[in-house]
Order: sequence, then structure tokens, then C-alpha cells
Amino acid sequence: MSSIMQEISDRALRLGVPFSVQLDLTYRCNEQCVHCYLDHDDHGEMTTVEIKHLLKEMAEAGVFILTLSGGEIFMRKDFFEILEYARSLTFCIKLKTNAVLIREAQAARLRDLGVESIQISIYSHRPEVHDAITKVPGSLRRSVNAIRFLRAQGLKVVVANVLMTENMQDYHGVRALADEIDAKYTLDPTITPKMDGDRSILDLNAGESALRRLFRDEAFVGNADKFCAPPPVPDEDSMKALPCSAGHTACYVSPYGEFYPCVQFPLSCGNVRQQRFIDIWRNSEQLKEVRSIRLRDLSNCSQCAHGSTCTRCPGLAFMEGNMRGPSTADCEKSFARTGIPSANLLAKKQNASIPRLVQIQLVPAITGSRLSGMGAPQVM
Amino acid sequence: MSKKLYVARSPRIAARMLGEEMLVMSGQGSTLFTLNPTATILWQAADGTTPLDEIVERRICSEFEVKPDEALRDAEALAEDLAKHGILLISEQPILERPIASTPLLQEQPQR
Repeated sequence: MSSIMQEISDRALRLGVPFSVQLDLTYRCNEQCVHCYLDHDDHGEMTTVEIKHLLKEMAEAGVFILTLSGGEIFMRKDFFEILEYARSLTFCIKLKTNAVLIREAQAARLRDLGVESIQISIYSHRPEVHDAITKVPGSLRRSVNAIRFLRAQGLKVVVANVLMTENMQDYHGVRALADEIDAKYTLDPTITPKMDGDRSILDLNAGESALRRLFRDEAFVGNADKFCAPPPVPDEDSMKALPCSAGHTACYVSPYGEFYPCVQFPLSCGNVRQQRFIDIWRNSEQLKEVRSIRLRDLSNCSQCAHGSTCTRCPGLAFMEGNMRGPSTADCEKSFARTGIPSANLLAKKQNASIPRLVQIQLVPAITGSRLSGMGAPQVM
Repeated sequence: MSKKLYVARSPRIAARMLGEEMLVMSGQGSTLFTLNPTATILWQAADGTTPLDEIVERRICSEFEVKPDEALRDAEALAEDLAKHGILLISEQPILERPIASTPLLQEQPQR
């Protein structure tokens, strides 16, 4: 983050302003990516009128950066109507899309509407890999063509390269492709659970050795020794630091109006169909709880060597069962980066290494109510 | 400058009040600016049809203790600077067509 943006973000925090919001317009999508965390059926999306009403409330609340995402935003027939209205409210608009529906005309319209940037998911420079992930033949070609159309209009394009087992070998190729088509490049090696709690897609996460190679790759991390250096001992400032912007200066609204601290933090704080956006932002008990958490309050992480440098995601911790607990995906990244296990990983290892010589369980034959007095545990 | 100047907010900018300051992001290079209270007044009043000297007289001289000639010189310099960054449009004719950016809403001041 640039220093001026950091300064403005700090000011927004002091003023209690929801500076940045991601609004998903739909969960419907024209790709079926293997790692996607969404349910793509439409369970009652907000109407055009509802979304415009929400946008007005957001502008009045002080929201400046508005990220429109999905699902696939261009699946909504009213997308440009929504975008035009949002721009009339002078939001700084960022879009996230797979771009397969963007042609010259759409690119020109996006330019006319003054969109700040468009983030487009590219998984590989090889069609057979990218299209296997999206399950749409020809999707890489169409997305890349769209990037060319957008760049021809002078728009800023960010190629987002999510890494998983399927494409772990291809990030050099994707970055070269981004360079060739004059787009910026970002890389994310984290697959997140589905929003309904299903964790099966986590098997797609790149393994430790692949992450270690990535974190030692100086083409991506700069000075690898510095990037992978042991973390400094957490000091008092680290203990008081906020985990991230979720719920502090940022939040997320789903296509159904559900209000969450972040897209990766499915803790419902209210619904904008029933309450004003600003009322949820100011008064939600759930948000107040999220805002109260500091590193020193985290039972495991406050004792961890990685406390000062960890990228712990409170949303992933919440999906693991406890918003004050560790996010194991981030522990694994810290370990792959530095070779130093986190307090959470050490505890897990310790628990796994205790030999289970003694197991205690109830014997089914004597657990009935009639024999409840005899239902004592039996040592096996 | 002897001719009348008209100023209008560029349709390609993003803007929002944050506390006492106006944040403005130019579409050119995603550059972020913060406008001080005087620049904010000028920018908010830049409707494309009110001449700059009238904006200075009605909105700036009435708010700050400053001589009109001096204020106008400063406002012209400021307007040219903002125009260079793509934040403001300047013309010797009224600027009537600005399809996108309207006056940014003032947010409610949150209580925390």
C-alpha cells in the first residue's frame, strides 16, 4: 500500500468510515472453476432498484473504493446500469471478472465510465491447464483477448493468478503473459473453503514443498533471504495491531444483501434489505466483536514466533471454527517461508504424536437409560 | 487572465469527503489527491457554468479573509494544477456536457 493510501486508510479507521467495500452482484457464473468457493445458483439476488438504493447508502456512509465482483459480474443484464449509477456517485470502482464476455464495445464503455482497474483471473498461459480449471473450452483465449481490448482503451488490468496443485508449475508463464499484454500481475497461493463450510476444495492447495520453492523464487519475492528470514520477536506494537481491515475500514455485501466483515469472513452482521448499511456498520454486535480483537487476545497466535509478520486471516480462522484462533493455511505459509513452525502447527504436531494407547469410550450395550447408572467409561 | 474561465469536475474522477478533506482519484494513473478546504470548495463549486471569478467571490472570499484579486490568482493557479492532473476541466466557454461525475455526497459522520 502506498504511503498516502496508508495515511488515508488510517484516517478512515480513526473516523470509523467504511472506506472500501466489495459488493458481489451475483454468484452466477459462466465458468465452473474447480476451486471456487461459491454456490452459483441464484437464491434471490438483489434487484437493480435494491442495488442502487444500497449504493446511495454506501456513498452517504463514505465508501470510496467499491469493488464489484461475483460470480461473474457480466452475467447481470443490468451490469452497466449499476456501474453507471455507481460512477455517478463518484465511487472509485474496481472490477473483478473472468472477462470472457468483454469485447471491444464493453471495454470502450468501461473506459468511458472511468473504471479504476479490472482484475481478471488467469490460471495458466497454457489453454489446456487454464480451461481445465475453468471447465470452459476457449476461456483463456477469450480472457486474454479481453485484456488486450481493455489495455487498448488504456484501462489498468491486473492479472490475478490463483495457485493450486493444477497450475503450480505455470506462474512464470502467467507472469510472462501478463508482461506481454502489459497487465499487472498478482499471485495468490491460497484456496479457501466454500462459503457453506465445505472444506473439500482445500485439497487443491499447493503443498509445502511447492510453497517453499515459490517463496525462494527471487523473480517473485525479491531478496529471498530477506523474504524468508526468521520473524522478529513480536513486540508490544504487534500485540496491539489490528489483524486486517475486515470490519475496520472494509466490508463485504453478498448478492442477497448479507453483510459480512469480508468476502472470506462469512460471519453475518445483518442484511441491507432489512437495515440501513450505515446502521449495520455502526451497530452490529458481530462487527463490534471483530473490531475488538487484537493479536494479544488470540490464545495461540499471541504466543507464536510469527506474531509480528504473520498474514493470519481472521476469516479463515473463523471458518476453521474460531475467529480468535489460528488460520492454519497462514501457519503453513509462514512455515514454508521461514522453516519455523507456528505455535499452532507445533500444537497440532504434539497432539498427533501422543500415542493413543488408551482410548476411552462408552460401551454401547450399557449406555441405555435403563442402565444409565452403569454407563461408566471403560478403558480399552 | 482577463477572459472568464469556467471550471468543471472531470467525469473520470472518483471523489469522496473523508473528514474535512476531499479525496479525489484521477483516472489518469490512479493518482490519489487530497484537497484542502479551499480546494474542496472550488472543486465542489466547479459546475461548468459558474465562472471562476464568481466562485471565488461567492464561495471563497465569503469564507476566508482574502482579497478578491489575490484569491482569483490563487484559484486560477489551483485550477490549472488540478486540470493538469485530469481532476478539473477548464474552458473559456461554459462546460455543459459532463455525463458521469456529479457532486459527491457528503457522508454522515459516524460515531464510534
